[in-house]
Amino acid sequence: MALPSYATPVQRTYYYAYLFFCAVVFFFLIAPLFAIIPISFSVSPFMVFTEGMLAWPPDPEAWSLRWYKNMIGDCSADVVSSTVPCSTKWMKGTVNSFYIGIIATVIATALGTLAALGLSRPHMPYKGLIMAILISPMIVPLIITAAGMFFFYARINLVYTFTGVILAHVALATPFVVITVTATLVGFDMNMVKAAQSLGAKPIRTFFKVIMPLILPGIISGALFAFITSFDEVVIVMFMASIDQLTIPKQMWAGIRQEISPVILCMATCLVLLSIFLLTTVELLRRRSERLRGIKAR
Amino acid sequence: MPIGDMLFRSVDDSQINGVFPNTFNEYKKWDKEKDVLPPEEVYKALFEELAYGEKIQIGRALTRMNYSKSGWKSLIKTTSRQIKKAVKKDELPNNYKEFLISANEKWADPTFWYAMGQMVNNTTPIYYWNALDRTYDQDQNVVMQDEKRRIYIKTWIKTLKISVYVTIFCLILGFPVAHLLANLPLRYSNLLMIFVLLPFWTSLLVRTTAWIVMLQQNGVINGILVWLGILSDDGRLQLVYNETGTLIAMTQILLPFMILPLYSVMRVIPKSHMRAAQNLGAKPATAFWRVYLPQTIPGMSAGGLLVFVLAIGYFITPELVGGKDGKLIGHWIAYHLKTTLNWGLCAALGAILLGVMLIFYWLYNKIVGIDNIKLG
Repeated sequence: MALPSYATPVQRTYYYAYLFFCAVVFFFLIAPLFAIIPISFSVSPFMVFTEGMLAWPPDPEAWSLRWYKNMIGDCSADVVSSTVPCSTKWMKGTVNSFYIGIIATVIATALGTLAALGLSRPHMPYKGLIMAILISPMIVPLIITAAGMFFFYARINLVYTFTGVILAHVALATPFVVITVTATLVGFDMNMVKAAQSLGAKPIRTFFKVIMPLILPGIISGALFAFITSFDEVVIVMFMASIDQLTIPKQMWAGIRQEISPVILCMATCLVLLSIFLLTTVELLRRRSERLRGIKAR
Repeated sequence: MPIGDMLFRSVDDSQINGVFPNTFNEYKKWDKEKDVLPPEEVYKALFEELAYGEKIQIGRALTRMNYSKSGWKSLIKTTSRQIKKAVKKDELPNNYKEFLISANEKWADPTFWYAMGQMVNNTTPIYYWNALDRTYDQDQNVVMQDEKRRIYIKTWIKTLKISVYVTIFCLILGFPVAHLLANLPLRYSNLLMIFVLLPFWTSLLVRTTAWIVMLQQNGVINGILVWLGILSDDGRLQLVYNETGTLIAMTQILLPFMILPLYSVMRVIPKSHMRAAQNLGAKPATAFWRVYLPQTIPGMSAGGLLVFVLAIGYFITPELVGGKDGKLIGHWIAYHLKTTLNWGLCAALGAILLGVMLIFYWLYNKIVGIDNIKLG
């Protein structure tokens, strides 16, 4: 992609303009995420860069951990501010988020893996239709899925229960598992299943001893996708959970709407770190899976 | 299944029919040409059903009746108070028609009776007409709502407009980036890919919050512009809580969905094509236009449709960043679901949105096929 040595000045100008444009877009993509991190350490109760933070040399008075303390529910005197309420809501939300997220992930991973295994059989009837139905929650706008589920749950009395929220999240998260596992199964040699069975292994044993170790990277990255989907989901939680069933996104939503406080930014910073961690894991798994299947990096 | 239920809700009108079955049956026999007001039997059935009906069910039915014409609620309430009184004293009237009209003179007003005609069937298209700012007049013709009650068509247009803008911006911003990523050696492009994938993996709410921090009046962008002297301190731009804010935030949030399909298409276009074209005498611009661009069309259409379809159904970002005039159709769906409890209208709005989506999704499938969706 480098410029050839015979490029004319006009071409050079275009080329550098193009690189500059790309740099601006990359900046546009990433800057907002990193702008919030320093502000979360600010001492001020407003979500802005204060003068003290921008001063050089840095002014230690302008930085503090008070909003982080507030987030974990430590309401001691130096933390409390008149404009920012302090409560254990954030921690309750975190617990609930992990609780819902983990259960939904386990169910979605099991269902999605089975569905992907079935769908990747060569003689599966109505493959396209089933695939379309399975991945529809991914394509249909959340608000429609949420409204539909709300009506449906209202009939069977699941509204305002954890079970309802978890089941809804399972429906949302399963397609991600199906897609990632299907992608891993593309390079899977079905003869191995036949070999295992001809050697006397029962189907369940075949699955755990032969299939699963090979597609494990796909299953794990699918599970991570499922987890982040459930963990990040706010619309369904808002409609379906009762008032005291807080989750992190719901609490953030409430925070943005009512009490704009830097505590939101602390939680946001934690979530950015979480997503960096998950992204790295998925990327490593993907490479490992490609290596296992003998696909060389291009 | 839940979606099927929603579609059913959008035309369902059985609840009120369960409350007033006899009234509606008698009502259907009324010959509007001959008599100005419905016959005595209708009044009698209504009287009995109001007198002995379940209170909660009647209350729900009243809410439904108010959708078709305001004033029903108070009318029925005052009437049924009179009816209850009469029943308690064991004084059943000889002439139900006169009794009801004396209880509330609106029963002599034919427009209320005409409005009832909308409700006598088990299914009704009224919610769909409401969702498009239309309603019934007294002769059951579909007409436009009053000027000041027309909100949905405006919202639909705004939703489509913002989705188109977001798609165009994503294409303009995403195309060069995807091109760069596709043509760099894999080491570098994998590194730069993080810039695309990290926002993709980060919570939507985090990104939305981040944009509020960036765009607000004391926010980062205004701060930088003032510091650079481009803006005066009191001339700070209003960037958030309006359409501009929605547009900027949605473009950034949906940009990865444009870049990823474009990238996967561009990656497999051989670089030799451009060189061959230039070798044959094409100027770089011509070579790009005639050789490279046509090969990226599958990627552009895939990314474009994906972004567009996601954008029309967007709810969280416009709701938080959009303020008063940046709200999209998703806002009204949530509003009717949670606040007014007008579930029929909510379901109809959702069904229309779903219909629009399905059309685009079908196009998407025609052009690229659903199996080509890739995640990162």
